[in-house]
Amino acid sequence: MFAYIVRRVLYAVPILVGVNLLTFLLFFVVNTPEDMARMQLGAKRVTPEAIEKWKAERGYDKPLLWNAQAGGAGKATQTVFFQKSVRLFAFDFGASEDKRDIASEIGERMWPSLALAVPVFLVGLAVCVSFALLMAFFRATYLDLWGVVLCVAMMSISTLFYIIGGQYLLSKLLHLVPISGYQGGADALRFLFLPVFIGVVAGIGASSRWYRTLFLEEMGRDYVRTARAKGLAERAVLFGHVLQNALIPILTGVVAVIPLLFMGSLLTESFFGIPGLGSYTIDAIQAQDFAVVRAMVFIGSVFYIVGLILTDISYTLVDPRIRLQ
Amino acid sequence: MPVLLATDVLVWLLVAAAAGYALYCRRHAHLAAPWARVFRSPPAIASAVVLAFYVGVGLLDSLHYRPQLPQKADGGQKAYSVEVLSVLDWSLAHLRGRNEKTYSAPLAIRSFAREQVELPGGKIAREFPRLQFGGAHLAKEEHWASDVGWRVFKGLGFAAAILLAAAIGMRILRVRWPEVPWHAAVWALGGVLVLLMPALVLSGGYHVLGTDKVGNDVFYQALKSIRTSLVIGTVTTLVLLPLGIALGIMAGYFRGWVDDLIQYVYTTLNSIPGVLLIAASVLMMQVVIDRHPEWFATAAHRADAKLLVLCAILGLTSWTGLARLLRGETLKLSELEYIQAAHALGVRGGRVISRHILPNVAHIVIIAMVMDFSGLVLAEAVLSYVGVGVDPSTSSFGTMINSARMEMSREPVVWWALATAFCFMFVLVLAANLFADAVRDGFDPRVRVGALAKAAA
Amino acid sequence: MRVILIPVLFLCGCAEVWNDPYPASDRGQRVLYSVFSERPKHLDPAQSYTTDESQFTMQVYEPVLQYHYLKRPYQLIPNTAAALPEPRIEQRGGETVSVYEIRIRPGIRFQPHPAFVPANLALDRRRVDALESPYQLPLGTRELTADDYIYQIKRLAHPQLHVPIFGLMSEYIVGLKAYAAALKAAARPGEWLDLRQHPLPGVERVDAHTYRVILKGRYPQFQYWLAMHFFAPIPWEAERFFHQPGMAEKNFTLDWWPVGTGPFMLTENNPNSRMTLVRNPNYRGEPYPSEGEEGDAAAGLLADAGKPMPFIDRAVYTREKEAIPLWNKFLQGYYDSSGISSDNFDQAVRISLEGEPGLSPEMEANGIRMETSVEPTVFYLGANWLDPVVGGAMGGADAERARKLRQALAIAIDWEEYLQVFANGRGVPSHGPIAPGLFGYREGEHGINPLTHEWKEGKAVRRPLEAAKKLLAEAGYPDGRDERTGQPLVLYLDTTTRGPGDKALMDWWRKQFARLSIQFEPRQTDWNRFQEKLRKGNTQLFMVGWRADYPDPENFLFLLNGAQSRAKTQGENASNYSNPEYDALFAQVRHMANTPQRQQLIDRMVEIFRRDAPWIGGFHRKTFGLYHGWLGNVKPNEMSDNKLKYLKVDPERRAAMRLAWNRPVLWPVLLGMLLAAAAVVPAWLAYRRRERMAARPVPAAGA
Repeated sequence: MFAYIVRRVLYAVPILVGVNLLTFLLFFVVNTPEDMARMQLGAKRVTPEAIEKWKAERGYDKPLLWNAQAGGAGKATQTVFFQKSVRLFAFDFGASEDKRDIASEIGERMWPSLALAVPVFLVGLAVCVSFALLMAFFRATYLDLWGVVLCVAMMSISTLFYIIGGQYLLSKLLHLVPISGYQGGADALRFLFLPVFIGVVAGIGASSRWYRTLFLEEMGRDYVRTARAKGLAERAVLFGHVLQNALIPILTGVVAVIPLLFMGSLLTESFFGIPGLGSYTIDAIQAQDFAVVRAMVFIGSVFYIVGLILTDISYTLVDPRIRLQ
Repeated sequence: MPVLLATDVLVWLLVAAAAGYALYCRRHAHLAAPWARVFRSPPAIASAVVLAFYVGVGLLDSLHYRPQLPQKADGGQKAYSVEVLSVLDWSLAHLRGRNEKTYSAPLAIRSFAREQVELPGGKIAREFPRLQFGGAHLAKEEHWASDVGWRVFKGLGFAAAILLAAAIGMRILRVRWPEVPWHAAVWALGGVLVLLMPALVLSGGYHVLGTDKVGNDVFYQALKSIRTSLVIGTVTTLVLLPLGIALGIMAGYFRGWVDDLIQYVYTTLNSIPGVLLIAASVLMMQVVIDRHPEWFATAAHRADAKLLVLCAILGLTSWTGLARLLRGETLKLSELEYIQAAHALGVRGGRVISRHILPNVAHIVIIAMVMDFSGLVLAEAVLSYVGVGVDPSTSSFGTMINSARMEMSREPVVWWALATAFCFMFVLVLAANLFADAVRDGFDPRVRVGALAKAAA
Repeated sequence: MRVILIPVLFLCGCAEVWNDPYPASDRGQRVLYSVFSERPKHLDPAQSYTTDESQFTMQVYEPVLQYHYLKRPYQLIPNTAAALPEPRIEQRGGETVSVYEIRIRPGIRFQPHPAFVPANLALDRRRVDALESPYQLPLGTRELTADDYIYQIKRLAHPQLHVPIFGLMSEYIVGLKAYAAALKAAARPGEWLDLRQHPLPGVERVDAHTYRVILKGRYPQFQYWLAMHFFAPIPWEAERFFHQPGMAEKNFTLDWWPVGTGPFMLTENNPNSRMTLVRNPNYRGEPYPSEGEEGDAAAGLLADAGKPMPFIDRAVYTREKEAIPLWNKFLQGYYDSSGISSDNFDQAVRISLEGEPGLSPEMEANGIRMETSVEPTVFYLGANWLDPVVGGAMGGADAERARKLRQALAIAIDWEEYLQVFANGRGVPSHGPIAPGLFGYREGEHGINPLTHEWKEGKAVRRPLEAAKKLLAEAGYPDGRDERTGQPLVLYLDTTTRGPGDKALMDWWRKQFARLSIQFEPRQTDWNRFQEKLRKGNTQLFMVGWRADYPDPENFLFLLNGAQSRAKTQGENASNYSNPEYDALFAQVRHMANTPQRQQLIDRMVEIFRRDAPWIGGFHRKTFGLYHGWLGNVKPNEMSDNKLKYLKVDPERRAAMRLAWNRPVLWPVLLGMLLAAAAVVPAWLAYRRRERMAARPVPAAGA
């Protein structure tokens, strides 16, 4: 198992190199370093000297990918790409283009993101599993039918409508919660109630329907029939056997998502003015801050890979028959 | 002068391909069987009818031309406008041309905002002025209720007439295909017609769903947005399918370094946060388009190129889910005895794939296609909202929502644009979801596809 | 969850607001609540250049001069200086120089700051790492001296700073360019560069409270620069303090933590969500102005005359990127002031019968006030002088044709309508380059552009379309067709992509050109590409704007100076317009005092401009600001940024209004709960039935 994990981690390195190269290419086809400099320096009274100075200061005065002038290994290393990538792998993100330290910024913004994403995830999971369980329990009755119809209808509504509608109703009309904003500490509850509520509601449709299918599949199995034949009450069958077994695919399925919770939600954060990592990323794209975009993509990929590894490990934990090799 | 936009070509190719596939299925019973199962489900039939309306509007909007400029008296050269119109624009010319000044509520005859008007006596007052077009035919305002009522009645009459004809037609169809639940189709058709026909009749004299900030008819905008959604939902799969099928099967079939390489590529693509990857690619392509204005004859061509590029990017970033499914399926298949036997007999790889593997994974491809559709439509709205979607000059539900959301903070609230976008999109996605469910149940209820819907949410 | 919520709902009662976005401890305090939308990039007075940033920096830093808060036209008065400096013209080394001798008031002290405690200048790295804010260290202060001003002027040439005005200032301040080169040579990477060791010939220290700035030639506009943060004092200790190892990693830099003498100090600095300015306890207590414009006394703006400022204890700026929450929070009383977006315009503003904007009755009932002012800006549709169709650089008959075309367009493009449709009339169509309210701008009948407008019944009225059509025919495009080829004339507008509103905007443009039967093609690109096109001169028609740095006509007229051509010299003349006569007049006008003779020359320049029409019309923007009744001493001032110290709030009134406007509405929530409870009944019934019959067949998994 240990050897397996080591191998997976090593396998991550070429993936991260690929991710990094791709981000780099995508970014610099759109923006030349000169564009970035102009964006940062503003529109008024910008001289060519100021732009050269800006580029030199941040190491953008080298060729992007290949330095024909340098000798030997310098051809590949004396480039913007190499210089900027090497430090990334040591998790040294450096400073953003407006000279704020990225690592400390991420450390600060991580908490609002988590404060939003973790409740959405946990409450969402609990609500969806219970709803799916109810539908499975009432299977083949009109309650189940309307439950499924409700799910399909809910998943046919764009997230945008949930957010706009929720904000309008709860904040503007009913004055129940602040429209947007964020404060740390106990005050966070008031700010997070609405986004968490909307996040949970928006996820109910797709997830509940999916879990319901899992429950029904499980109910069709022989052991359930045996349990019923023993005369166990329906409730006991559902909670005692079906829930336990169906939770395995559900949990192994969501394990991959857990690390990505750190990345925050792009839409919700920007709508509700929550200063998390999601809005950090959006801001960076808009401000063409390459240093931040690159760092966020890098972290995102690392979390994705961690999620994959966690999934594999969780399989072995719940099912001892599976061996990682 | 007819104009062929790139997406038009693809849309019509898709139509041709669909027709060809349908003919092919009819000839081969084993292919027709799952479709027969699909069309035995009432929700599938009902949603197919609804989707047919959307597709119809979308296709009408995919025949483009450039209107001729008024000929000069001396009969000089023919000159064409740089504006590109579609057959839909032409048939709804009364909606396109009749712009009010600003907001007006659905069916209103007076503007939503006060304005200074000169009274007959030369005095000036601030009041809600009569609209330039909405209800302009009314001699007296009191006639509004009766006129609207009459138009609704007329519309319902048309609806009833068409429905009657359809019901009779379906009796004939029932003889041919008795197992299809035709009543569901009639109900769905009835629902659509009861809403659509009065709306069309009313649109002759009013703005059925009101007007937006600069006075454009919202109903017309919603109809124009349909094409964008459909193009995104279908043309994207055109990009996604070849990549997903080829790479997925290759990885599963050849294994070894091919498998490693393909797995590497899709893990890498997957590990970049979806919105970031799409945003970066879209911005990149927009710069390329912006740098070469000479490639495009008109602004419509450029907007269309942006739409096409958006489809291509969505396709390039979302083939990974399908590829992974197909890889797994191919791995399983190639363990089977008959394929092992084919190997032993020395049949070449390409032949094995095309004869044995491809037909056996075709159902997965079809299911993926229909299930991705609704995810893509929703994704477009979010992307356009974030600002990396379609060209701002292209009507789409995303741009409609984006420009309408500010209206929610007005007092009194302007709800109709947002509500219209909501309803049109909801019905489309709901129908697509229901249809996709039926297709999945008809082909293989065990396949789970849903990668895109998650990326969009 | 439901079980927990119900008691909570009733416990809270209704005597409190639930949607207050601020901590309960803030209530009842003299705090001002405001917003910022763009995250500031620089708070270093040498580097910052946008109004988003100066709303913070100018409350902390104090330049020697400032604009009078109430008087109009804008007037410079001393801030930390003892008097307005008068330039002395001298001959030095065979050259004419202007010498500004500035005397600052003694006894002004800096805000409390750790940099003034000598022990803090050599901190242990671990101590730095443990800090959450620089203000956790022991604080000190010291007196403001002339050296602090000199230090900042030297910083304008600092090799590690991006000073936007360095290029401009190096042409005036004696020896600044050479100084920059010398500093670059002296700078060692990673080491603090002590500018006190390097003398700059252009500034002289006379005594502890007096210094001189020496400029090449004459530059009367320099006094306006003296009122900007570029010429604020920087204590060397602050630079030294923030240069310690570990500071930058914690974002403790002078660029983020300003250190000044002003009425406020920035104590909380979170550019992602909140910035807090707190009253500076060491502030000298400048008295509120006791004179103003006519009507100011009646408006209550002089009630606080002579009282020591500032009147508020704290100002909290919250980041608000989206317009909807901003507007709603303003209406709920959580922001003290707000602009008006065009979507909220109808709700907030009623245009009176005379066409004057006023506040809507609903807003007035809530005690909200509105103030309007014309910004020192100009937005214009430029024609690229280098373009073969609309430009003028080719000379000869073609240039004459193009001039007629531009004139025709200038008549046909209806800026009055543009402002109505897209800005609710918040702007004035421009008749020349200079914004209203500045010297050189002419009001009334003599101020109109006779080419495009005529004076009728005391109003400027756009000339009829026939005039434009006639000019178009004379230009060789009768009915929008080129006489020579018979092809329709197609014009291109280069703009930036801004979002979904673009469609409406482009439709409007198309309509304008269609009135002359000209075909219109927009060429929209992103901001960078647009700027690149301007730099290379690859545009035809384009829309750009300019906001003046100071209230002097020179700051507008130079936008048309041939030497400022964007394509040729990367200057600010985006249309690349060049006319020798205009340029000669400009050279004369730029350094003149505001005399009638200057007005005469400016009139002549405007005349040339109108005839050549390198800008096909445009407008000057107007600001409409809304203020709640509890906010006092508000008067819009487009030039000064240090306005916070004048404002006052009435916290009791604010608390009462907030409570009245934000009572939580609970019945829909209760109704929803009842419905949910009602849904349990059929479920319970079904459950009972289900319990009684076990072993039921399982349906297909799908459905």
